[in-house]
Amino acid sequence: MSPTAAAAGLLDGVRAINVGLAGFADPIREHGAPVVALDWRPPAAGDREAGLLVARLEDDPADPDEPLGATIRDANALALERILAARPVLLDVRPAAEAIPGLDGRMLLHSGPPIDWPRMCGPVQGAVIGAILFEGWASTPAKARALVEDGSVAFAPCHHHGAVGPMAGVVSPSMPVVVVENADRGNRAWATLNEGLGRVLRFGAYDEPVIERLRWFAATLGPALSATLAASGPVDLKAITAQALQMGDEGHNRNVAATSLLTRAIAPDLVRTVDAATAQTVLAFLRGNDHFFLNLSMAACKSALDAAHGIEGSTVVTAMSRNGVDFGIRLSGTGDTWFTSPVGVPDGLYFPGFGPDDANPDLGDSAITETAGIGGFAMAAAPAIVRFVGGTPADAIAFTRLMERITLARNSAYGLPSLGFSGTPTGIDARRVVETGIAPVINTGIAHREAGVGQIGAGIARAPLACFEAALRDLASRLHVEAAA
Amino acid sequence: MTETIRGAVYRNSYRDSVELMGIAAELERLPGIVRAGLVMATPANLAVLAGAGMGEAAADGAGPNDLVVAVAAADEDAATTALGRAGALLAAGAGGDAGASADKPAAQTIGEGVAELPDANLALVSTPGTYATAEAIKALKHGLHVFLFSDNVSVEDEIELKTLAGRKGLLVMGPDCGTAIVGGVPLGFANAVRRGPIGLAAASGTGLQQVSSLIDRFGSGVSHAIGTGGRDLDERVGGRTMLAAIELLLADPGTTVLVLISKPPSESVVRAILDAVRGASRPVVVNFLGGDPDIVRAAGAHPAATFEEAALIATALAAGGDPNPGPLSLDPALAATAEGAAARLAPGQSAVRGLFSGGSLAGEAKIILESLRGPAAHDVVLDLGDDEYTVGRPHPMIDPRLRNEQIVAAAGDPDVAVILLDVVLGYGSNPDPAAALAPAIREAQEVAAAAGRSIAFVASVCGTATDPQGLDRQEAALAGAGVILAPSNARAAMVAARIAEHGVAAQSLVAGASGALEP
Repeated sequence: MSPTAAAAGLLDGVRAINVGLAGFADPIREHGAPVVALDWRPPAAGDREAGLLVARLEDDPADPDEPLGATIRDANALALERILAARPVLLDVRPAAEAIPGLDGRMLLHSGPPIDWPRMCGPVQGAVIGAILFEGWASTPAKARALVEDGSVAFAPCHHHGAVGPMAGVVSPSMPVVVVENADRGNRAWATLNEGLGRVLRFGAYDEPVIERLRWFAATLGPALSATLAASGPVDLKAITAQALQMGDEGHNRNVAATSLLTRAIAPDLVRTVDAATAQTVLAFLRGNDHFFLNLSMAACKSALDAAHGIEGSTVVTAMSRNGVDFGIRLSGTGDTWFTSPVGVPDGLYFPGFGPDDANPDLGDSAITETAGIGGFAMAAAPAIVRFVGGTPADAIAFTRLMERITLARNSAYGLPSLGFSGTPTGIDARRVVETGIAPVINTGIAHREAGVGQIGAGIARAPLACFEAALRDLASRLHVEAAA
Repeated sequence: MTETIRGAVYRNSYRDSVELMGIAAELERLPGIVRAGLVMATPANLAVLAGAGMGEAAADGAGPNDLVVAVAAADEDAATTALGRAGALLAAGAGGDAGASADKPAAQTIGEGVAELPDANLALVSTPGTYATAEAIKALKHGLHVFLFSDNVSVEDEIELKTLAGRKGLLVMGPDCGTAIVGGVPLGFANAVRRGPIGLAAASGTGLQQVSSLIDRFGSGVSHAIGTGGRDLDERVGGRTMLAAIELLLADPGTTVLVLISKPPSESVVRAILDAVRGASRPVVVNFLGGDPDIVRAAGAHPAATFEEAALIATALAAGGDPNPGPLSLDPALAATAEGAAARLAPGQSAVRGLFSGGSLAGEAKIILESLRGPAAHDVVLDLGDDEYTVGRPHPMIDPRLRNEQIVAAAGDPDVAVILLDVVLGYGSNPDPAAALAPAIREAQEVAAAAGRSIAFVASVCGTATDPQGLDRQEAALAGAGVILAPSNARAAMVAARIAEHGVAAQSLVAGASGALEP
């Protein structure tokens, strides 16, 4: 473009954005020209280099000699399109070893970025012990511990195998897992069955009732659901989530509506597929577990985000996850690298007798829901959640509004009644997180720091900002962008 | 006397330091307030507060996004009153409706601003310099031209920005660009100038203001006035914005005469610019302060030695008149006033003290004084808007305190005959600069009178009748304070020289670049 052609438009009339001194907007406005006065503040909390990094990675579709800005824009558009187009359906429930590629032998999956046994937090160690007892690899907790310390058990993050697990997220080969397929792209994701609240494996409890429940899952619940799904055909999880968001759920820490909708959807096929006694126990379990849908929600989100992963140049966040020690994220455009920061304790309410001193730092793959644009990002749908931090319905709306500022689009499939049915903010752009310093909000449960105690509360956590900046730096170096002056 | 130190912290409330310093200045005028400071709680700012003995005002844990108000007061009541006043001023600055439940928060980033105004075509960037490059890059990538008011932007960053802008066909006005007028819309510190056929491109902020205001005074008007930033004509930057502006103005159907304004650029840049105007379809007036008029003439352009001459030539060309206005001279009434002031001087009063808020106006005055009085005169011309005076305090066009101190100090110097001032009006400038100067002028005369002397005050007002401060109002107020007023900065310098010469007929003058000055 010749300078004259572009600049002549300016001479025809100023339409301005004012960045800085507020007084400069006034004379422009007085002269009848439109002006938006930014409520500006230093980007990246005043870190000049991080601010410049964001600027150098900004979209620019119209630079004739430098394709970078167009590359990033197109990559993000593709990633976003994949997330929005995802159609997760529940196909089946199968034993993990059968369903999850690469999970075999004495191997356990866990939540969050990679971590080895000595660094694992109490709840994850507890869940590992429980899974070993459940698998029968050892007969006592002490022997289970010894087995691990021998190096006889292999560990890998769920995320490395297409799976996601809430809290400790431990998946062992015999556990039944839901098989979710993204019908748009044909990719699959897996998650264990949700155990309910209280003393459960995912919060690190491993006493006999916990193990007994897992055995019932493998022997009864998993096969019953599998038979039911064979009869009913795939269940559309996107439709259930969309409905649940209009019924007070947010798809992460409040799942009572979605669990009820799922139960209603499968009940007729359940009762005609399995014997009456089994159907009764399955339905009683679903009635007693408001969080049953959480793991389905997570697998659905994982299937959508995996479809958006691996696009060169994309700054879209495709995973946020915690292992109780580290918080880790992945970007679509940075391959399988994790960018980690130490993880903090959530802000929340505690069960009687417990307090923040008892809490483990935040834990679990369940932040995949926020990564996909629900959970904390859909807080406006579930005002009850903000009461964990003493908030009001207005605060819930404010959380969702805030997340709009770090996301690329709104998911029109997930309309929020309290926002005039505008969609949930979707597609976290790491550039916007670094620029604005707005940390993604994550709804979460709180585990006791010691193995075996279980859940002690629930609340709201914020993602640490440092890992987003590290991820952007890595993306910049992959794109041969000078990270800073 | 023990001081009471009190503070208040506003969490996550970013404000620009200029606004904060303005509020601090207002607090310091309250009775019983010894010192006041408002800062964003960066480590450096907290150290400054501590150095001022007000460290305890910053609560533990205040961070870079938190605003700290600190006061040192004579007593508790004064401190409480000041903190309350600070709160009120901060609330007013936030636009007043901060408490109203806005459905959507105000845009905070350029991306959010563009989402709100999708056909935006210009970003005005006036952030602290350390952040300005990133903001300008984002603006350019969004397809916005940039008016970059911020200073402290490195030349490397300036080149990066102007290279990016060049690829995209966009203009970067700046960095350190104080003023522009685009299609009648004033940007930054601009004057309310009548629209007309004369297009300006200027590397000098107050030079642009002076020429555009004089064009208005002479009855013509301005199509567009494009600022380039003071370093654009540096060898390393190569005059990229000036060249783009020339191309733009030559293609603009509303522009029939061009005026180019700068300090003398480097030789290669002069050549590039004169090449760009050689054979131009419109007459071009070139005012490179102190530059060589012959090479300008050789390029077919009209050299002007002063801002006033540039305005006169351009106005004449725009009206189809004679572009050779002849040498500037003082009209008889002004000359007589100068003689009268000279007659009141005591023996030994022979120096001009120029105390300027505009850098280019100071530069012009200095050249004129040197050419009229020679290097032996004890004249001193200070540009009080220069970085060395503005660290940690607002520009003298906004805040009169520093210049007022200098005026009073100069009156105590037995050598000083004339205090020469510029008064710059327009958007962004002090709302009533004449009133702000008056107390200092009065005090200076008292200081001089106590020593048996009288000081001559000479000033020009750079502005127009429609400026928010009103040219007539300001001139009348200054005249009322005993200031001798000249219609331009160049003439004010000539009057000052005449007075300081004690009315003695000066030697024949070295007449600037074009022989256009007459004593």
